[in-house]
Amino acid sequence: MNNIIQVDNLFVFYNNKPALKNISINISPNAITALIGPSGCGKSTFLRVLNKMNDFIEGCRMEGSVNVDGVNLNDSKLDVETLRKKVGMVFQKPNPFPKSIFENVAYGLKIQGFTDKKFIQERVEESLKQSYLWEEVKDNLSDSALSLSGGQQQRLCIARTIAIKPSIILMDEPTSALDPISTAKIEELIRSLKEKYTIVIVTHNMQQASRISDYTSFFYMGDLIEFGLTEQLFKNPKEKSTENYITGRFG
Amino acid sequence: MIRAKSYKERFFEPFALICTFFGIILLSIFIINILIDGLLRIDSEFLTNLPSRKAEKAGILTAWTGSLWIMVSTALVSIPVGVCAGIYMEEYSSKNKLNTLIEINIANLAGVPSIIYGLLGLEIFVRVFGLGNSVLAGSFTLSLLILPIIIVATRESIKAIPRSIKDASYALGATKWETITNHVLPYSVGGILTGVILAVSRAIGETAPLIAIGALAYVPFVAKSPLDEFTVLPIQIFNWTTRPQHAFLINAAAAIIILLVITFILNGIAVYLRNKWQKKVSY
Repeated sequence: MNNIIQVDNLFVFYNNKPALKNISINISPNAITALIGPSGCGKSTFLRVLNKMNDFIEGCRMEGSVNVDGVNLNDSKLDVETLRKKVGMVFQKPNPFPKSIFENVAYGLKIQGFTDKKFIQERVEESLKQSYLWEEVKDNLSDSALSLSGGQQQRLCIARTIAIKPSIILMDEPTSALDPISTAKIEELIRSLKEKYTIVIVTHNMQQASRISDYTSFFYMGDLIEFGLTEQLFKNPKEKSTENYITGRFG
Repeated sequence: MIRAKSYKERFFEPFALICTFFGIILLSIFIINILIDGLLRIDSEFLTNLPSRKAEKAGILTAWTGSLWIMVSTALVSIPVGVCAGIYMEEYSSKNKLNTLIEINIANLAGVPSIIYGLLGLEIFVRVFGLGNSVLAGSFTLSLLILPIIIVATRESIKAIPRSIKDASYALGATKWETITNHVLPYSVGGILTGVILAVSRAIGETAPLIAIGALAYVPFVAKSPLDEFTVLPIQIFNWTTRPQHAFLINAAAAIIILLVITFILNGIAVYLRNKWQKKVSY
């Protein structure tokens, strides 16, 4: 199977302090890859390499080769906006725009220059259906997105991301700010999205990783310790530190 | 011990209350005084008459139209410059030494006495640019004076927008320009407007810098273009209070009422906008 993300010998530095050391990993398309590890291990940094969101952090620098869906991230002529249209991102805290529900989902289409109202309406409806939010909001599309509950807001953020049909969706602990019921809904949603999208998800919750992911990678102190099929990694970890972490001895 | 504490408890509250009312009471006394002196003097002729040597015929037409000219043209100059400077400092500049220096200086500029701006305006706009004692020279000078206020207001309202909202925009593939025009500005416009209105209402109350650029002259006509000579309400008030005749003092009181009404209306709009905006955009 062709890998959609290829990372070779990746180093990331914050003010010359290494945050990621010599990471090589290949990520398969239409699968869910979970990144686990204790706080500060570099998993979020790794995620933000993939859509160049680290560019906003002063003093952050990367080395090594990263190829995301055919785009070489070291290309000096790289158009970051085009990359981010291919690689969507869902954040830890739901962050809808203080606009209406409809405008939130339509925003990505608007900046891509789509003006056909019917097309935008259909795409908004389709995205809200795919993120299991349509039934709850279909009569209130012009209400402020901030009037939704936290779980609904996060599903809205997912709808906003898939409205522009990226090939990859990055998720940075998308359920850590939510209650168990909302979390269950989002997990179900993530599983259903893998048919169409490649998903890379950072999670603090190991049960979540084992429930939803196909592949899991364990990061520790900036190193990629172990990467493999989720079932194998959780049942027969090769490394001692992976075993210690997943059995809850540290982290 | 318990008694000692209860004394402090008992006396501090009324003392703090008196402190609270100190300014309000003095302002009320002043306003009542002015109203008694000047309210009866205000009629349509007072608003439409040109200045005159005879107190009972003198009006404030040139003064209030001049203030209006100054208000509008100062806003037109200072809003784009101030807002763009604020956006640059929040969204584009990185934290190097030069930018830190600029930041400190803008904070300092807000504290420079207004007469200094007047002298600067006299040298640059009146003399070097040859604008003379014109509306344009006045509005450029007052723009310099209120720019720091607008810049600070712009920066504060942009700072209030959470990083996560901008991240969301960038993550969808929006450019910096799109993020600023679609998100940063719309969400901060209430705060910026509040700052702008307060700044402009300060500008129309300013006297010293305009006297410095030569606006104290007797102007017997209404300004028709930005290059015409002008006078403003505070200068007219200042003018009248220097006259020995009591009738001119009554004119001054009446003009003060008009100036206060304009300032209160502007401040009221600022408060209204702030409340409306806070309700609409909360994260």
